[in-house]
Amino acid sequence: MSDNIENIDENEVAPEVQKVDQSKLMKEKNVDAVSKKQVAMKVLVQIGLYAFLTIMALIVLFPFYWMLMSSVKTINEYNAVVPTLWPHQFRWETYKVAFERVDFGRVFLNTCFVGIVSTILSLIITVLSAYAFARFDFKGKNILFAAMLATMMIPGELFTITNYITVVSWFNWDNTFTALIVPFLVSVFYIYLLRQNFMQIPNELYLAAKVDGTSDLKYLWKVMIPLSAPTLISITILKMMGSWNSYVWPNLVNNDKAYWLMTVALRAADWGEGSNVDFPAQMAAVVLVTIPLFLVFLFFRKYIMRGVSRSGIKG
Amino acid sequence: MENEQKRPDDGATVCETVEVGQTNAKAKKAKRKWTNNKNQWKAWLYLLPALILLLLFTVWPIINTVRMSLLKNYDSMREIGGATFAFGFDNFKNIVGFYRFKDCMLTTILLTVITVPVSTMLALLIAVALNSIKFVRKTLQTIFFLPYVTNTIAIGMVFMAMFNMIGAVSGKEPDSIGIINTIIEAFGGTRVNWINGGSGYLQNMTVLCIYIVWNALPFKILVLLGGLQSVNKQYYEAAKVDGTSRFRTFWRITVPLLSPMIAYVVITGFIGGFKEYSSVVGIFGPDMGPGGNHAVDTMVGLIYESVQSNQGLASAGALILFAIIFAVTMINMYVSKKKVHY
Repeated sequence: MSDNIENIDENEVAPEVQKVDQSKLMKEKNVDAVSKKQVAMKVLVQIGLYAFLTIMALIVLFPFYWMLMSSVKTINEYNAVVPTLWPHQFRWETYKVAFERVDFGRVFLNTCFVGIVSTILSLIITVLSAYAFARFDFKGKNILFAAMLATMMIPGELFTITNYITVVSWFNWDNTFTALIVPFLVSVFYIYLLRQNFMQIPNELYLAAKVDGTSDLKYLWKVMIPLSAPTLISITILKMMGSWNSYVWPNLVNNDKAYWLMTVALRAADWGEGSNVDFPAQMAAVVLVTIPLFLVFLFFRKYIMRGVSRSGIKG
Repeated sequence: MENEQKRPDDGATVCETVEVGQTNAKAKKAKRKWTNNKNQWKAWLYLLPALILLLLFTVWPIINTVRMSLLKNYDSMREIGGATFAFGFDNFKNIVGFYRFKDCMLTTILLTVITVPVSTMLALLIAVALNSIKFVRKTLQTIFFLPYVTNTIAIGMVFMAMFNMIGAVSGKEPDSIGIINTIIEAFGGTRVNWINGGSGYLQNMTVLCIYIVWNALPFKILVLLGGLQSVNKQYYEAAKVDGTSRFRTFWRITVPLLSPMIAYVVITGFIGGFKEYSSVVGIFGPDMGPGGNHAVDTMVGLIYESVQSNQGLASAGALILFAIIFAVTMINMYVSKKKVHY
């Protein structure tokens, strides 16, 4: 381009010729430039996208990285004036300390017990209710279903107050596993989810089974449940993760350490005071809590994402 | 939903469309009669466990919360002992007049109105970016979902460690200024007392907002990306032919087509925001503030504080919170009905 401009300046005598020449040149260059420009644009946009996504991914991952690195540092290194991005020496004993401080073994068993029992009972109740709503016609069915869905709008905090009185003062369930399991067995959302699933199974299967003399329960067990397995798996995983992550309710009703769940124990463990806080041990405990969740996620990614995208609320 | 409720005879979707006319109507009638006679009680039997538990742990709490909130000086322990309480609106007056009520309300509202737009915008950008790449897309998608499968309180403790200064007693140079401050100083900034004793409201809120956005991204990305993948590619082809700029395509095609999903994540985001509690506990501990001073307490925090000691007050607080959430959700729905583009 600059060459062209110089040319024009030098040959001012014959502008006509130059003009024609230049416009022709420009045209050729333009055609070339457009396709080149498009390709360049595309590449630039892709580079931009990857740069943006990489930066965001690093931000998302950084807390996990910091948690892992901090958990294996010595206390001295952790407290150093300039934090190190990579530990000088790895101190794995921190995990032993964390394990003991949180009483991880007991708390792990507690959490698994509560998780498994409440999942099984909850699945039974959910399947039976969803079956009733999907397969039977009874008076007031639609009103009942609508009323149940309406309760989903009410924030859980509102139930907590009365449930605390019911569980602790009426039933004397404080410091029991029952208190952690029973109040949360029915989830209207799961009933709704499963009912939708059940309703996609053609009624003709049911009628055929009836003609063959199959009982309702057998039909439910042999046909409906296998056909809705993905939804049931989603419910199971979300329910298990729920008890792993629950904090408010267990903290409220169980103050006896013997009945603590994971998150309560993690938050309540003694990590030291003021400047003596044992951060590496604390981070090691956080790692211990986080790893099982990641493992479950890796194995059941599809089911978790499926359930989550429809529920909208965490935990 | 509406569709299904209008059809009491649900289920037989596929076959219904095939068998048209009289046979269908007859079959329906016959089926209803048969079910009515034989299966009414069976349905209720299947529903029984769920209904008992719902009555006890859902319906009764709704009634009882209203009842407790309207009784003067209500105390559940004294009630069991036979005491009765006078009717009155004192609990509502007391909680609104409580010296920390306004602060809790302000913190809750600020956290919501800041984090919901920021996280929605960021999630939208990430989802669109993810949707326009191919290489390592699945990996990135998994990475962006990771914060969802974590424990809010546990990772809150990690954020606390990242922003924390160690040995920061007033006047004394801290032993360690924490990784975030180190990064800030590396870029030429000055260190900030984010969460330690003596830190300001603005700093506390900044840390909380960062954590809440970090935590809220995965769900929003998941929903928005799901929406993007179901968008008809023809719209984009048309825009390309017309030479529409990328920016314009984003605002004129992507956003309108995604508006139902955007409305969904905004509505659930608002509901979640007003119930914010665990993130604060994770970073600041159960006393909801640096040094346990309740500086960044939320509405839910306030309610939980009085669950054990003053249930009348807690009930009034919960009802106020419910009213706010309900009103905001209605407004959101109204706006999205006007704006959502199908």
